[in-house]
Order: sequence, then structure tokens, then C-alpha cells
Amino acid sequence: MNAADEQLLEDLLAGKHRALARTISKIENRSSGYRDLVSELYAHTGDADVIGITGSPGAGKSTLVDKLAEAYRERGETVGVIAIDPSSPFTGGAVLGDRIRMASTVGDMDVFVRSMSARGTLGGLSTATADAVKAMDAFGKDKIIIETVGAGQNEIDIVRTADSVAVLVPPGSGDSVQTLKAGILEIADVFVVNKADRPGADRTVQELREMIELGEGTGFGGGAGHHGADAMDTDADATDVDGAGDGWTPPIVETVATEGDGVETFIDALGDHRTYLEESGILAERTRQRYAEEIRTLLREDVHAMLEDELERAGGVDGLAEAVRRGETDPYEIAGGALDPVETCLDELEYESLELPSE
Amino acid sequence: MTSEQEQQSIRCLVAKVGLDGHDRGAHVIARAFRDAGFEVIYSGLHKAPDEIVQATVQEDVDVLGISILSGAHNTLVPKIMDGLEEYDALEDTMVLVGGVIPDEDKDQLKDEGVAAVFGPGTSIEETIEFVRENAPER
Repeated sequence: MNAADEQLLEDLLAGKHRALARTISKIENRSSGYRDLVSELYAHTGDADVIGITGSPGAGKSTLVDKLAEAYRERGETVGVIAIDPSSPFTGGAVLGDRIRMASTVGDMDVFVRSMSARGTLGGLSTATADAVKAMDAFGKDKIIIETVGAGQNEIDIVRTADSVAVLVPPGSGDSVQTLKAGILEIADVFVVNKADRPGADRTVQELREMIELGEGTGFGGGAGHHGADAMDTDADATDVDGAGDGWTPPIVETVATEGDGVETFIDALGDHRTYLEESGILAERTRQRYAEEIRTLLREDVHAMLEDELERAGGVDGLAEAVRRGETDPYEIAGGALDPVETCLDELEYESLELPSE
Repeated sequence: MTSEQEQQSIRCLVAKVGLDGHDRGAHVIARAFRDAGFEVIYSGLHKAPDEIVQATVQEDVDVLGISILSGAHNTLVPKIMDGLEEYDALEDTMVLVGGVIPDEDKDQLKDEGVAAVFGPGTSIEETIEFVRENAPER
């Protein structure tokens, strides 16, 4: 690490807001040296409680996050918020508008709100988010809230960075078939029916309850559901995270975020989930899975970048694509040709560098 | 890693400060900045200088664009500049002011550290070009 980054790390650990802000920028920009910086942060993390909040646009996420932050501050805890908004697929530009609703805690620097956009590609956002969480954790935030629109797989990856995930469901968001579909509902540890004063709220609560009851005993809706089919073939001695042995049934909390109604109940539900995670050993298991995912994502990004460089050296992907168009070759042949030397190298490689550190 | 894929993006805060309740211009600028590929954070109406400082520091924006039509620029802008100074953010944040600013006040704002003042009739392209060329190197 160079001297400037060491200074930055020192300032961040000393609690300087500007240093935290700058560190997150370096992470977002993937500035040179950012990896060494994040690598240093790990030694100072592990104390924060990370909460993910997702739900469709207009569900009231930002308003609820604002009230949540306010309530945590009243309890004397410091809060970090990462608010994620989509960016334009055409220009890369974005209007990051969640901050505007963070009005209750304005002027209080101990609520640190940072807006991020989906700048990167290929899992880049979830890596950047996970790293930004590390920065806030190392800075000393007690609660870190990640807020994102639950529109697709990318967002699901992001909220998985959290220990507890709350999914906001506005009243009247579809019939019972919607609740059967795969997607964000499966990742909920807590359901929040926000805008509970609106007509249709009771029905939405009822539909969610039916969905949860249907899921009981089958693994779905059992609070886990996070890992899909691959969780089945994990080691036999691993904690049983999925399936009927899981003792967590996601509660349904009704809130009116604009009024602050139900926020205390919501906080209690999150607290209960946290206690459950700790006592059941699932927290350790989830943390391990998250790190496994981080390692995989980093490796994927690196390999991807190396191959992009290789493509550049070969004169860019356009020539190859043109060759496919003319029927001279096909994508599978090209991919195979590019990867064969890598495979040969790996076969010859010794795996010393991947050994576990000794005690 | 051999391939460092830097993904820098110009970040701007478009801010409305004080009692001025006209934000059509701010919306137009926010949208135009977005279309230019910038990341734009919009503050919303009726913000106190402290709030703008907090957002600027936390979001680590390259550019702070203050839109002001109320005529209170001589009191509000210096407060923001002082706040940025306090958090060591003044040096590497470019501050722009847009709105109805009398000519005789422009120099004073520039003395305070404002990089440019864009009055009525300034084209959006000109503003975007200015940001592209002058956004601080970090």
C-alpha cells in the first residue's frame, strides 16, 4: 500500500467521515490499489449488524430506512446506509434519489448515507457493495443498511451481503400467484407490508401468510431458501441451514413508514432474527457462504479481466465475431481455443498458494 | 492483477438550498447530467447549508452544483463553503452556482471559491462541457 492509502486507512479508522467517503469512492472506481486497502479493512470488521432492505420501486424503502436509522440513533447506535439505484444501460448515468427521503436524520453525521449505482458489470456491483460494507464496518458503524430495488438477480446478490433481509411488499401488489413465483420473496427473513393503512393491506398480509404456511416443512419460506438446490450437497457436518430443520419462519410486519408506525415492531423482528442467527449457528454458516461467494466473484472478475486483455491482444472480439458471422468458426471453438492454454498452465501449477493459513 | 479496470464516473450533487422553491431548472440539469453519463444525486428542496455539506462529504461528489433563485446566494453559499472546509472537502470538490445571480455578486462568489456561475440562458451543453473539462483530478 502506498503512503496516501495508508494515511487514508488511518483516517478512516480514526473516524474521519471524509476518509470513509473517499475509501468508498476508491472501491467504486476500482482505483489502483483499492484491493490492498480493502484487504487491510478486513482485520477491523465483523462488529456491524448488516440489514438488507429490498422491494419494488415505490414500496417505501427509503422512507422506512430513514425511520429505521432514526430509531437506531435514538438507541445510541451509529448507522451506515448504502442506497443503490440503477444506472442507465445506455449512458451509464444515474439519478440517485434515495437520499432525498432520508430527512429525519439530516445534519447527523453519525448516519452516513452513501448512494451507489450499478456502474460495473458482471457482479461488480455486489462486490463493490460488499466492500463498501466492509469500509463502514471498519469505520465503526453499528448498523449497516443496504437498500436496493428488488428488480432482478443482481439485487438478490446484493441483499445477500446482509445478515438479515427484509422484503417490502406494498398492498395490492398482485394476486396469490405472484407470491408463488420465484424471486425476492424467497430471500426474505422478515416481510414488511408497508403502507399498511391503504386498502388491500389485509389481503396482502393474508396472501403472504398463506405463502409462508405453504412453504413450511418444504424448506421454502423457512427463512433460508437462500441457496437453492446446491445447498443440498454441502458437507454433511455443515449446519442445516435449509430445509425443515430450520426454525425460522419469516414474520410479517405491518408498517406505515411515513408516520413511523410499526417501526419498533420491525426493529424487534430484525433483532429476533439476529438472535436466532447467532444462537442457531446459522450466522457463522452464512458468513462462511458469503466469503465463499466473495472469493468466487473476485476470481471470476480477475479471470474475466485477464481474458479481456487477451482478447484485446488478439485484436478485439469484433474480428472473431465477424468470423463466426461468416460461418468460418463458432463461439464454442473460439472459447475453447482461448482457454486451452490456461487449462494447461493450471494443470502444471502447484496449489501452495491456496493452502489454508496454519494456526 | 494485471488488468486494473478503472470505472471512474463523474459524481455530481445537484442542490437546492434555502427557501427557494423553484426546482424545475435543477430537475432539467439533473436529467441532462444523467444523460451525459454522470451520477447525479439530487438533494430535494429547502435544504439547509449543513445538509448540503453532509451530502457532499458523504457522497464524495466531484461536483456540487447549487441552484439558487432566491437571491440569498451571498449568505448561503459561503456557509456551504465553510462547511466543506471543515470536513476537508473544499479542496477537491468543484462548486458551481446556477440561477439568477447579479453580475456584481459573481466575482464575490468566485472569491469564495466557486468555480463558475451559470446565469439564465446558459446552454446545458456548455455546463456539461465545463464539468467534463474541469472536474477535479483525483
